[in-house]
Amino acid sequence: MAKSDKNKIKNLAAAIRELVDDNPITLMEVCGTHTMAIARYGIKSLLPPSLDIVSGPGCPVCVTSAQDIQFAIDLANQKDCLVATFGDMIKVPGESSNLGSAQNVEVVYSPFDALEMAEQNPGKEIVLLGLGFETTTPLIASLIKSAASSNLGNFSVLPMHKLVPPALELLISDPDSKLNGFILPGHVSAVTGTRYFKFLETTGIGGVVSGFTPLDIMESIYVLIADITAGRTRVLNNYERVVRTEGNPKAFNLIWEVYEPEDSKWRGIGTIPTSGLSIREKYADFDANCKFELKKREVEEPIGCICGEILMGRKKPNDCKHFGKSCTPLYPVGPCMVSSEGTCAAWYKYNKE
Amino acid sequence: MCLAIPVQVKEIKNNNRAVVDNNGVNFEVSTNLVENLKVGDFVLIHAGFILEILTHDDAREKLALLEEFYQKTGRGKNGKE
Amino acid sequence: MGPKTITINHGAGGRLMHEFIHNSIVAHLGNSQLNKMDDSSVLQNHPHEQPVLTTDSYVVHPVFFSGGDIGRLCVCGTVNDLAASGAEPLALTLSFILEEGFELEKLDKIIASIGQTAKEAGVEIVTGDTKVVEKNKGDGIFINTAGLGFVDPKVSISSHNALPGDLVLITGPLGNHEMALFKDRENMKFQYSVQSDVAPLNLKVKKLLAHTKNIHTIKDPTRGGLASALTEIAQNSQIRIELEEDKIPIDQEVKAMCDLVGFDPLYLANEGKYIILCPPEEAPKVKAAFGTETTVIGRVEKGHADLILHTAFGGNRRLIMMENIQLPRIC
Repeated sequence: MAKSDKNKIKNLAAAIRELVDDNPITLMEVCGTHTMAIARYGIKSLLPPSLDIVSGPGCPVCVTSAQDIQFAIDLANQKDCLVATFGDMIKVPGESSNLGSAQNVEVVYSPFDALEMAEQNPGKEIVLLGLGFETTTPLIASLIKSAASSNLGNFSVLPMHKLVPPALELLISDPDSKLNGFILPGHVSAVTGTRYFKFLETTGIGGVVSGFTPLDIMESIYVLIADITAGRTRVLNNYERVVRTEGNPKAFNLIWEVYEPEDSKWRGIGTIPTSGLSIREKYADFDANCKFELKKREVEEPIGCICGEILMGRKKPNDCKHFGKSCTPLYPVGPCMVSSEGTCAAWYKYNKE
Repeated sequence: MCLAIPVQVKEIKNNNRAVVDNNGVNFEVSTNLVENLKVGDFVLIHAGFILEILTHDDAREKLALLEEFYQKTGRGKNGKE
Repeated sequence: MGPKTITINHGAGGRLMHEFIHNSIVAHLGNSQLNKMDDSSVLQNHPHEQPVLTTDSYVVHPVFFSGGDIGRLCVCGTVNDLAASGAEPLALTLSFILEEGFELEKLDKIIASIGQTAKEAGVEIVTGDTKVVEKNKGDGIFINTAGLGFVDPKVSISSHNALPGDLVLITGPLGNHEMALFKDRENMKFQYSVQSDVAPLNLKVKKLLAHTKNIHTIKDPTRGGLASALTEIAQNSQIRIELEEDKIPIDQEVKAMCDLVGFDPLYLANEGKYIILCPPEEAPKVKAAFGTETTVIGRVEKGHADLILHTAFGGNRRLIMMENIQLPRIC
């Protein structure tokens, strides 16, 4: 890292301390990659103790319901079926097992690899797990369109996508909420644009779209604190090298061309209205929910963990009696531990000094 | 939530693919999500797709709050040295 | 003409097995002990030194990778484990578990690689074994090697011996072995030039110990990487280790790959590097023995067993042992 950046960070840390002035302020980073970056760079060690940064429901893997995972496992255990997924998903528990122990699972770096697998293995049904927020969804939407235009009959997507704004609305509407501001997801915003989050300005809780370097994050915290302490509610863009006001319209429109909103179950939180996406009827041939005789079955969510409250920013991982004991990254109980970017996993891995 | 990094476009192929370079690591990505891509562009990639074409640093507009802060603390415009 | 692939008979004790041992194993690895073909080997004693024993099994996939193969690995891994105690390796055992159908040509290449690497390390393969399992009951080839060495009783190197004030050195850049394997695995389409660092390090240890016996800890950061190995040292020696992130050497391409697929280089496997902890005055001798890539990356402080990384911009982060293997992620 450049020495100039190190100096800037030092100055920003001092300015943040001065502005916070021992007042209790709570910010939430909505994006799991921010959670990881904050932990990995040791950012909290630079902030005053009365400034709390909590992690929101920003990991699309963690919030996938046990029911959806179990359906993916059931599909992967079918003959002639191959489930393609990002590595993040492998350890997420379904009913009693995970995808890592299912029979036909392939980890891919890019969803594009799944399309190629379908082309190369005409005798196999390739099911791609449709994971992710607004960042990842356009990729998968474009693959569904490609598959449709080339009549690739052995390719389908199991949609598990989630949308960010409904979750933010739920957080804000919580009467117990202590939140003062959001560090908004940079790469979701690259697709959606900052205007997608403009609705926050009428809620009294503003946000800053942030990049992921230590300097980006420190700058964004400074800007947020400056607005909060001055009593302003704005949605600002501190990731201009990537994010435009209007985002990437081509990518954003692809989402709505292929998908439509539906109510969706978030692990640990419950059902949030219009927070998920289902594949439009036009592309039903590529919807794993429609394609197979096998159907989803009811699966109990893991009990006895406080992930829901952690995801809502109300509690910390070490408030949970399972944390670090019966719940570890290797044997996760709740959603916050399952993905490496989950709140509990990040806490476990980067234990604060 | 989404791991994405900036890389440079080295070659644009047909069928909506391009070769990008990240400090010596070369690989193919999909160009399906962007328009008017040029060789030499810096782009943001996510899971094998170009998600967005990046704006050059000197064309960036820094937030007024930060600009003010850096001027006060003795750093130059746009947060640059 | 014999068969081109391994059959059940290659492990059955009959003619095919004897031909295989003679044509391949003795041809590449032969020495006066091995050539006797006795059931065990009688070795030279070193009456004024202490015997050191280790064993390791190798199941690497793919079997051939950029910069090495399972043969080179099975010699280096065991030799490096011996040398991490300061021992000079004397002899290795070599056991194959082969899957029916494994190509003989590949096996011969692996055995040749074992012979060449053993020569490079100055160690002999003195006894061995071959078993064949039925098709689909193995993964082509598994190898086990055990190693015997001798150490000067004046040398005391252990993960329990690090002391406050010691410097922490690493003998070269991290992560190349695991990133080379990653590149060679199927369906990973990244192109880069990283090679595995797999190499025997015993001759360098010998050179170091000829100049000083005052070395406290040597450990190879294999699976689990630097962070896991140093956590173990911190616990075993009950010390606090502080690392400087910007001093830790990582090659540009390894770093670029880590950014792309979301890996942490501090947890990547190495097969030709040592972590060395020693008093500051011995550090130049470590550099002289291990070469210019050797870098001081931290120091040992008094305190509870702990591993702290001072991040490049001034934050602190605690490192723990690796929990699970890293897979490419989108988040």
